Amino acid sequence: MIEVKNLKKTYHTDGVETPALRGVSFAIKQGEFVAIMGPSGSGKSTLLHILGFLDSPSSGAYKFNEKTIDDYSKNELAKLRNKKMGFVFQAFNLLPRANVLENVKLPLIYSGLKEKLWEKRAKEAIEKVGLSHRMDFDVSKLSGGERQRVAIARSLVNNPQVIFADEPTGNLDSKSGSQIMDILENLNNQGHTVILITHETYTADYAERKIILKDGLLERDEKVNHRHFNAKKSFNK
Amino acid sequence: MKFSYILKTAFWGFFAHKSRSFLTILGIVIGITSIILIMSLGKGAQDLILNQIRGMGSAIIDINPGKEPEGLSDFAEIFSDSLKIKDYNALQNPSNVTGIKRISPAVSLNSSVIYQNESKRTLILGGNQDLFAIFDVQLIDGRFITEQDVKQKALVAVLGSTVREKLFDSSDALGEKIKIKNKNFRVIGVAKKKGTSSMLDLDDIVAIPYTTAQQYLLGIDHFHSISVQAESEEIIPRVVRDIELTLREQHNITDPEKDDFHVTTQADAMETVGIVMVILTLFLSAIAAISLIVGGIGIMNIMLVSVVERTKEIGLRKAIGATDKNILLQFLTESVILTCIGGVIGIALGVGFAFLSSLILSKVVSLGWVFTVSPNSILLGLSVAGFVGIVFGIYPAWSASQKSPIEALRYE
Repeated sequence: MIEVKNLKKTYHTDGVETPALRGVSFAIKQGEFVAIMGPSGSGKSTLLHILGFLDSPSSGAYKFNEKTIDDYSKNELAKLRNKKMGFVFQAFNLLPRANVLENVKLPLIYSGLKEKLWEKRAKEAIEKVGLSHRMDFDVSKLSGGERQRVAIARSLVNNPQVIFADEPTGNLDSKSGSQIMDILENLNNQGHTVILITHETYTADYAERKIILKDGLLERDEKVNHRHFNAKKSFNK
Repeated sequence: MKFSYILKTAFWGFFAHKSRSFLTILGIVIGITSIILIMSLGKGAQDLILNQIRGMGSAIIDINPGKEPEGLSDFAEIFSDSLKIKDYNALQNPSNVTGIKRISPAVSLNSSVIYQNESKRTLILGGNQDLFAIFDVQLIDGRFITEQDVKQKALVAVLGSTVREKLFDSSDALGEKIKIKNKNFRVIGVAKKKGTSSMLDLDDIVAIPYTTAQQYLLGIDHFHSISVQAESEEIIPRVVRDIELTLREQHNITDPEKDDFHVTTQADAMETVGIVMVILTLFLSAIAAISLIVGGIGIMNIMLVSVVERTKEIGLRKAIGATDKNILLQFLTESVILTCIGGVIGIALGVGFAFLSSLILSKVVSLGWVFTVSPNSILLGLSVAGFVGIVFGIYPAWSASQKSPIEALRYE
């Protein structure tokens, strides 16, 4: 599903060239749970933006379902992000002053789906993250863990092929963090591909595979052994 | 994307920043209020003037000497002496003009009228026995000028109510001698108060036989005008045509361009008033529009601030599937909603002020002022407000739509 070959990305700011990715290659199959790891500055966020078609690479090739970013118009990209991809961010990025249901509905608004189906779809997604009892709550009244669950419900609502989670537990305490990871694991079990960006080993241990970046290069690409065991142990410390 | 959703989001944005939104739309409110007020007052003034023209009497046609003035250079035309007694006689002949109910020649001058120690400057109007009837002036005392008076060039006068009040106060005027230009006139009648009338205050006149005015006061043999009352409004165009044909025949004119007289009707006067009022209203509205421009700049300013504040929201919306057009439409709708709310408040205030003004004008100034707000002006106010929202909202909305999703998501 995802194919990355010799991917490079260089940022140009005020005449200074900053290489973020310096030639990365890997492939991710449908249904995998992959953690992309690395210290800050290793290029993992840049990689996620390129994988999510939010940014284009400087050179090299990225293919999503056999197609590159250049094969799509701007509007087709928006549609693709809407239908095939779900995004979960470290800072949740919910609409303030709106309630849980309204936040989860947001991608449906841009989907072309009939309005009468919105409510049902959003409620199903909210149920999956266990927040049915918070449906009408203003998101500003929720805890961090609950907010991230709203964000996950929002990423789910169009039943995407892949969910990109960018440091989803970064702003959370360990208990909420493990809840979030459980949910992501569940979604993976239901068939969604999950690509997790993290710098914490114990979150990465929920994945079945780790891609470790360092200084814009792929350092290691390895299978995770004893994934549940490691992960639960670390979270419960 | 559903428009109902965009509308909802826009209103939600408005009420989330109530005080800021309100200050932002103040310029629009003031602009729309002024336009509604000006249009209402303009319409009221126009109706007032038109009513007064109608109040002069109905179906009146005025024949004036000289060609129709088309500019200041033609001003001297009103001093033309082309209207004479033979024209008056020709017009009275039903084989020339049919449909005339009353006709009176008119000569006029401004002069002082003296009674004992009192003196008043007023308009001396010379006419025949039909003069007051044409202008619908009633008498409360005595009689009006008769045919006999006209024939004999009698030194008799009928006083308008204002003149009578000034000269005689509460004492009886009938039969008294008044002096106009050193000639003694006998007061034979007093007119009933007619009320205000715009062009010509018919209460502030002294009516005398036109023959008397021509011979003793002016020393002329022509008329300043001839007033005709047609039998009905409907036949006015035909009567006007007959009058024109008759006078051309009298004056040996074949080319209408060379007419040495011109005929005006109330319809003409009303049309002129209408045009003048429209121009005046447009001019004042244009001034009010300046505040709309200022208001629009305020809207643009606050929309730009809002776009920056909501950079993250824009990034998120784009990441989850909003197209550039979706974002553009969302912000554009917000600015249009802002200006339209301003427009609605402005219309309400404008109608309110117009109503207050009409109350004050009719009570304090005792004018027959009628409160009018045309549905057109309300429609105009709303569309102008919406238009301002589009014009001044398009740039902020466009800049929002052009934000790159990752830059926007990264924004702190």
